Amino acid sequence: MKLTLKVWRQKNSKAVGEFKTYQADHVSPDMSFLEMLDIVNQDLIMKGQEPIAFDHDCREGICGMCSLMINGVGHGPKTAITTCQLHMRSFSDGETVTIEPWRALPFPIIKDLVTDRSSFDRIIQAGGFISASTGAAPDGNSIPIAKPDAEQSMDAAACIGCGACVAACPNGSAMLFTAAKLAHLSFLPQGKIERHQRVLNMITVHDAEGFGNCTNMGECSAVCPKGISLDTIARLNRDLVMAALKGLEPTVGIPVEG
Amino acid sequence: MSEPKNLDAKAPGGPIAHRWDKHRFDMKLVNPANRRRYTVIVVGSGLAGGAAAATLGEQGYNVQCFCYQDSPRRAHSIAAQGGINAAKNYRNDGDSIHRLFYDTVKGGDFRARESNVYRLAQVSTNIIDQCVAQGVPFAREYSGYLDNRSFGGAQVSRTFYARGQTGQQLLLGAYQALARQIAAGTVAMHARSEMLDVVVVDGRARGIITRDMVTGKIERHVADAVVLATGGYGNLFYLSTNAKGCNTTAIWRAHRKGAFFANPCYTQIHPTCIPVTGEHQSKLTLMSESLRNDGRIWVPKKKGDTRSPQQIPEAERDYYLEVRYPSFGNLVPRDVASRNAKQVCDQGRGVGPGGLGVYLDFADSIKRLGKAKIAERYGNLFDMYAQITGENPYELPMRIYPAIHYTMGGLWVDYNLMSTIPGLFVAGEANFSDHGANRLGASALMQGLGDGYFVLPATVPNYLAGIKPGDLTIEHAAFGQAETEVVGRVKRLLGNIGGTRTVDSFHRELGKLLWDECGMGRNDAGLRRAIARIPTLREEFWKGVRVPGEGSDFNQELEKAGRVADFLELGELLCRDALHRAESCGGHFREESQTEDGEAQRDDEQFSYVAAWQYTGDLAKPALNKEPLTFEYVKPSQRSYK
Repeated sequence: MKLTLKVWRQKNSKAVGEFKTYQADHVSPDMSFLEMLDIVNQDLIMKGQEPIAFDHDCREGICGMCSLMINGVGHGPKTAITTCQLHMRSFSDGETVTIEPWRALPFPIIKDLVTDRSSFDRIIQAGGFISASTGAAPDGNSIPIAKPDAEQSMDAAACIGCGACVAACPNGSAMLFTAAKLAHLSFLPQGKIERHQRVLNMITVHDAEGFGNCTNMGECSAVCPKGISLDTIARLNRDLVMAALKGLEPTVGIPVEG
Repeated sequence: MSEPKNLDAKAPGGPIAHRWDKHRFDMKLVNPANRRRYTVIVVGSGLAGGAAAATLGEQGYNVQCFCYQDSPRRAHSIAAQGGINAAKNYRNDGDSIHRLFYDTVKGGDFRARESNVYRLAQVSTNIIDQCVAQGVPFAREYSGYLDNRSFGGAQVSRTFYARGQTGQQLLLGAYQALARQIAAGTVAMHARSEMLDVVVVDGRARGIITRDMVTGKIERHVADAVVLATGGYGNLFYLSTNAKGCNTTAIWRAHRKGAFFANPCYTQIHPTCIPVTGEHQSKLTLMSESLRNDGRIWVPKKKGDTRSPQQIPEAERDYYLEVRYPSFGNLVPRDVASRNAKQVCDQGRGVGPGGLGVYLDFADSIKRLGKAKIAERYGNLFDMYAQITGENPYELPMRIYPAIHYTMGGLWVDYNLMSTIPGLFVAGEANFSDHGANRLGASALMQGLGDGYFVLPATVPNYLAGIKPGDLTIEHAAFGQAETEVVGRVKRLLGNIGGTRTVDSFHRELGKLLWDECGMGRNDAGLRRAIARIPTLREEFWKGVRVPGEGSDFNQELEKAGRVADFLELGELLCRDALHRAESCGGHFREESQTEDGEAQRDDEQFSYVAAWQYTGDLAKPALNKEPLTFEYVKPSQRSYK
């Protein structure tokens, strides 16, 4: 297969970026999308040019490091997989493929296709945990959890934190990411104790980082490689109302760094 | 070689069941008010590093945590699928701490230290409790109680799991505990930072040199103790199930500064991975071992049989594991299954492109249980297989082949998980401690979290209690010298403007050489060939590698180059270790040392020790030190799965 690639190149966060066109010859349908980029990069290096920078690590769809808008869609044309799991047999010979980084204000570009997603970490630091210090835990079976609750918790916990939801959202909202963590924890009895303070704190940081609000477009869930449901956002909103009714105030500082 | 020295593991004596308790009482404590005056560096944020950083932070120490990924949540522990073992005996099926201990020592082919393994089995139960409290959504039964499954041929059901994503959920638990400490100000997180050297002052580990992977800035960090939890070195082989970034640099740099490297030749090969499709292959994908519960493994009886699997009649198929191991069949341990796959492929009976594959066939199970049942059990794995290969495993048998998956070897540590450099602790896959020559399924997660949540938070404070906090700054000459060396190395890597080969091309060549000569089967002649070739390959690398871009910039080729340079050194040590260990044990199969029917043959009289290699300044002449292994509780026997 032969492909034409239009790739976003940008030297660093301050530089002005642009699309550059590359020819990818000798593409095998058995290659993964990232392996195709590897081959292009090997050629670029031998031609004395800088290879295309892109984030990746596990290459089996679980670490959440890979990203890429492929022809305008987060993680490419197939549903429920990450870019690293996408194979070239999903493309046809002669096709032109446009490759962009995640585009969202709270994900500044570091280089080419690599973005800074540390804003996600700061949302988790605001309360995306259960405050259980090591050593204090009772026996694992002393907290029975109804199977359906455990299953729903697990559905939400499957989030890999890749950021496709933000990149797909017209508002640049990280509501699906935030809601997934809240749902993971609030379906469990251990997580219910901090439930309302948690939602308030996480949303406070979510907004301060510059993520937009949710207007129920559903683009996030459509591109999510783990199929996180929009229902989690409804649950988040309910909890937020409960927090307001309880008269809670956020207990986190607003991060300075954006 | 210098005269071998015997190493002291400093394991306490007395009855094995009381050793850890007694040791915990004997260890020194640090007053809570004094803890923040001590700084601990933790490199790596996977299960071992993330758990250790969070727990030491909770205790009140000043923790600096580093990872090369963009977030600590992405460490490769996340990719573990199957589960985590714990001796809870919730199934009342005869499990106990002693049985988990016994299984682990035996599974490791009697090459692990009994005291450490017993402790691991003891803390296994605390790990489950801790993870439940943190909100890890383990699988449940309808009663609401925790579910278990049997795994890796174990005779009891002791594996806890969260669908096929147990590693992810456990890592997120540790990551969230870490996030809580970052918010509390006890842990400072440095993501996209790569450790390039350890700084040793007056014989003690006192800091590290890192490269900020975004700005390229080389930085100095001082501490009172350093923990390395940087994972295994499976990527030495280029193709492995590890993440692309997994590397040996942290432990290899520490080795060069005086930390002994133990049993580098103990590598684990996982039998069920998706085969290589071509030169472009960048990594291998594991298919969970649980598939062997319902899949039957076979190859054609005839050499070079290119018919499609459906056209090969039953009588012309060789279900070689079922024939050879009637009692365990397709469920033999990983090392045995892998070796047998290699043998049939070496005989020219492999299937698929290049003949490096065997069939894993579900046709019988689908006939017996129905497609729906198989989909319920393995649906996500079948989808993953179809996605990667473009073949439908409900209709065609899967093709699988073994791949490097885990490394049991690592830096030598004593009972306190401290290396031969005082103040340098090593945890998780990065150390050598608990799995002997072969790791059992669902035990890696257990060890990582055991080390991180329970062992280091007891032994690091014991070390700190004996030293004065914070009496050093990064202005010390040792930091300057280490930084100069690191800067010089970066410059050298970037220096070959006219280099003729890419980093990947060297890495591929090294990987192929090691896979051929020091992979599933090893012999004297092959190992000598590898040992002769690696130093010249290393030379070619330094002369001919082309690394584009600048040091003061985000530069992924430079990152890779530094890692491959270290793999090129470790690769030689791995082969030297494999050559010296003229016995077969666990994942190390020396073709000269096998039983009459082709099984691994240990030589306890000569080799019942840990080989701890010391860097001498000459890569061709590492010094061998030994830790003799004695077995008081589990009597060494020949493993048999017939």
